[in-house]
Amino acid sequence: MAKILAVDDSASMRGMVAFTLRGAGHEVTEAENGQLALDAASAGGFDLVLADVNMPVMDGISMVRELRTRPAYKGVPILMLTTESHTDKKMEGKAAGATGWLVKPFDPEQLLATVKRVLG
Amino acid sequence: MSNAGLAQFQQVFVEESLEGLDTMESSLLALDEGGDGELVHTIFRAAHSIKGGAATFGFPEMASFTHEAESLLDEVRGGKRAIDKPIVELLLRSVDCLRGMFDRAKAGEPLNDAVSDGVRGELAAMMGRAAPAEAGPARRGSDQADGWIIRFQPHAGMLAGGNDPLRLIRELAAMGELAVEADLSRLPSLDKLDPSECHLGWTIELKAAVKREDIAAVFDWVEDECDLAIEPRPSAVVTPAAPAPANITEAATARGSREASPESSSVRVAIDKIDSMINLVGELVITQAMLDTFREEFDPAKLPLLQQGLTQLARHARELQESVMGIRMLPIASVFNRFPRLVRDLSQKLGKQVKLDLHGEQTELDKTVLEKIGDPMVHLVRNAIDHGLEMPDKRRAAGKHETGTLKLDAYHRGGNIVVEVSDDGAGLNREAIVGKAIERGLIRSGEGLSDEAVGELIFQPGFSTAAVTTDLSGRGVGMDVVRRNVSDLGGTVTIRSKPGQGSVFTITLPLTLAIIDGLTAAVGEERYIVPLISIIESVQLKPDSLKTVAGGGELFRFRGEYLPVLRLHELFGCVGAKRAIEDGLIIVVEGDGARVGLFVDGLVGQQQAVVKSLEANYRRVQGVSGATILADGSVALIADIGGLVRLHGQRKAA
Repeated sequence: MAKILAVDDSASMRGMVAFTLRGAGHEVTEAENGQLALDAASAGGFDLVLADVNMPVMDGISMVRELRTRPAYKGVPILMLTTESHTDKKMEGKAAGATGWLVKPFDPEQLLATVKRVLG
Repeated sequence: MSNAGLAQFQQVFVEESLEGLDTMESSLLALDEGGDGELVHTIFRAAHSIKGGAATFGFPEMASFTHEAESLLDEVRGGKRAIDKPIVELLLRSVDCLRGMFDRAKAGEPLNDAVSDGVRGELAAMMGRAAPAEAGPARRGSDQADGWIIRFQPHAGMLAGGNDPLRLIRELAAMGELAVEADLSRLPSLDKLDPSECHLGWTIELKAAVKREDIAAVFDWVEDECDLAIEPRPSAVVTPAAPAPANITEAATARGSREASPESSSVRVAIDKIDSMINLVGELVITQAMLDTFREEFDPAKLPLLQQGLTQLARHARELQESVMGIRMLPIASVFNRFPRLVRDLSQKLGKQVKLDLHGEQTELDKTVLEKIGDPMVHLVRNAIDHGLEMPDKRRAAGKHETGTLKLDAYHRGGNIVVEVSDDGAGLNREAIVGKAIERGLIRSGEGLSDEAVGELIFQPGFSTAAVTTDLSGRGVGMDVVRRNVSDLGGTVTIRSKPGQGSVFTITLPLTLAIIDGLTAAVGEERYIVPLISIIESVQLKPDSLKTVAGGGELFRFRGEYLPVLRLHELFGCVGAKRAIEDGLIIVVEGDGARVGLFVDGLVGQQQAVVKSLEANYRRVQGVSGATILADGSVALIADIGGLVRLHGQRKAA
């Protein structure tokens, strides 16, 4: 099973994501914002990163941009959890290096399906 | 929430959203006073989180409402719109609407109401359009064929973005039989090959009758990172499918099935508080292990060690008790934070200028106390603005600054928490109060009444001096209710006032409801705990200082006033108690705004009593607020001073 980093400033969203993924047998590390996620990412090789877009301290897009500069995170799937279904936010995330996105609201089944999809 | 385990996050969502709404409100108020642009981002983020969470946790109406507010904020954030008073006003009302929605969600009622629909319309109108009807996602008609040719040429950087072409091809393979042909034409020679780049392209034949959009969905994330062409297989017949009807019924069913969330109370605890407790428990275990060595063999020479161990045990137990209590303690800031808005709205309504001064927001109170202190405080603040602070012209005439100051303060004092609501207004109007009290038959004349006694009058039931009943303070709820609410929390409320200089309302509360500091009094064979907070002093009386009045009541003179004597042995039917007044002791206590003397045999000591509920274990007993276990294992009842005073009043009336 995979090592997954879940990044969201909202405790309920983060909790739901982590709970669902742990239930599926994944090892989940939680981070409250982009900066803390970068710190956590330095420590361990994650197989997948799920990140919210709007967060205090450091937003998800800046976090992806920074993460992609690290050799260890080249090619690691990073999904943006976004409520903005407008293409501009998705594309901004993509341009920063995100692999794809998962549009909120999503239910646990959708989350697991998407995670399964990226992890192959 | 389909999964029961996930319901806990719905509760977390509600809690964090209510906090988010508080943040939105305080930031909007700060913005209104010329705060910086970072506030807009903070407000936007809070709205955005609520929107995302609301949709996820089963509150689509809330998500849709917040979406409107968020869109407006987005325009402000993006510089498309300057923030002004009407916008702040509208957003503040939106915050109120959302709070209302959370209340209704808790009660299991429909989330939208006339007010929220109205505000929603205003938000949309502000952005120059009609409020959108809630609609399901539109379904497009899609091409269908019984086979497809997909030409897929990833850009070189696609791998670095985490998208693996192999995964995409596997997803296609899941739809039906594939014939894949790789295009190696762009593959560089080995010395020029960068393994982190993608150089291959594929032509994929999918032999399955699927919709074009299903194939496009596979490539959704990589549209901008590849060249993609999806064409029907040449032999295939293309039939345009009828547009699928919007799946509204399904959405509506999902919406209707939401249940009211069960109310569960929880406390968020700072991690360092928990760490310190774990640490203490560790110490406790070590001490216990040390003491355990005495179980095997006891050598009198080791006595000092045993004493030392017991001292340590006592210290750890005390510290652990304090830390456990600390878990229930939360900063009063959460209560204080509702006042900027209240003060702003009230002062605007009344045409007064008020500056709100908050102090001691970090002072911690028991969660239960915190939840219940809000209402009495709101009442005091309304009163202060309505009756205390004067209109600007009147203030100017009195040589004061036009803007009045309302100060809220919270601090520790001798094992209690003190919360003060003070204003620099006109102070109590002695004549008006005395006049009203005479009219109400509370007193016969104001002569000889101390300022303190006049202040006490406003706490009498049904007392109100407002010449015109305003819709602010005159709600039929008086200061007597404030006093009762505070007294229910084991606290007291008093007033100090100086004409022309203002008033100070002081609420004194116990640190916690679970433990009280009290004096242990003996009455016959029984022991009673008298809460320290209500004790004024203890006196010993001479037989001749007792006056008996008509009806058998006894009075004694204490600092110039006559106080009734309550003989606890009579009230509670204790056997073997002292009866002669000179043999026992009078404890002068104050509760419910009245002073009485409790007659007991004597004082045994002072102690912290852990309150055990009498109601939960037996039934409610008037004059007793609970019970506790004494060091010798016996039970002592805790005297409820307010209840005793009321009990005395009833006996007198009977």
